[in-house]
Amino acid sequence: MLTRLANPARFMRVSGVVLPWLGGASAGVLGLGLVWSLLLAPPDYQQGESVRIMFVHVPSAIMAEGVYYLIAIASAVALVWRHPLADIAAQAAAPLGAGFTAVCLATGSLWGRPMWGAWWVWDARLTSVLVLFFLYLGYIALVNAFDDASRGARAGSLLALVGIVDLPIIKFSVDWWNTLHQPASILRAGGPAIDISMLLPLLVMAAGFGLLFLWLLLLRMRTALNERKARALSLYGPAAAHDAESAAPLAEARPV
Amino acid sequence: MNAIESWIAMGGYAGFVWPAYGVAVIVLGGLAVLSWRRHRRSAETLARLQGRLGTRA
Repeated sequence: MLTRLANPARFMRVSGVVLPWLGGASAGVLGLGLVWSLLLAPPDYQQGESVRIMFVHVPSAIMAEGVYYLIAIASAVALVWRHPLADIAAQAAAPLGAGFTAVCLATGSLWGRPMWGAWWVWDARLTSVLVLFFLYLGYIALVNAFDDASRGARAGSLLALVGIVDLPIIKFSVDWWNTLHQPASILRAGGPAIDISMLLPLLVMAAGFGLLFLWLLLLRMRTALNERKARALSLYGPAAAHDAESAAPLAEARPV
Repeated sequence: MNAIESWIAMGGYAGFVWPAYGVAVIVLGGLAVLSWRRHRRSAETLARLQGRLGTRA
């Protein structure tokens, strides 16, 4: 399934069909999630209404880490198999991951101020997520730092793979070090330590964030393929488009 | 205080809850708008080039 989709021409066809559905689904699920988390979910018995920040903070944290895993896997695929779509996927995902990480940090700060009395503390969880944000920025900068796009992609892939050591540090930071940040409350031994009335809107928001990411990932990958093809066309003419169906004789195809 | 006012007040946490949702909407909405615009531009450029060169998609 994946290997069949991994052909750029087929990817364009399939993603073109899927794209509007993903866009609609993410808008619908996010709309439902917003109403649920801002209106229907109950206030916390200790944190009051401030707990509503959780419904954007936790999904953005999940995405911040998940997108990085995806970039690391795509980078490994790009380095080992040189697959053309792998670099494109990793580079399309990076600004989205940086955005989710920024939202995670900002909402965490806005939640920390009323609950901990501090906008920021240099503890393990917060610092390791800040490192993740800089990994995203570093990856984006490195990929664009080379005149030769393929060298930039290789350097970025290596950085993405080295940076993956940060992810287990984020995950276990709340267990290894003393921290203000609470430990895991959903994925933990003994089941979620969060009431269903808050868990459900949280899951809906997480699904909405995930759908939004998938939609934008496909959109950005299509953009990259369009731009690549347009560049080849304007540099080398129609021969560069090199699919069988565009094999019109060069002389005829030249602009007058 | 009516229901809407008390909802907006967020139990005294309005200054934290609303900015948190605002940041999320601005950052993620901004990424969506930028990605969408660039996609449309890339598709238009490609279509124009292909039209001029007489190639099909």
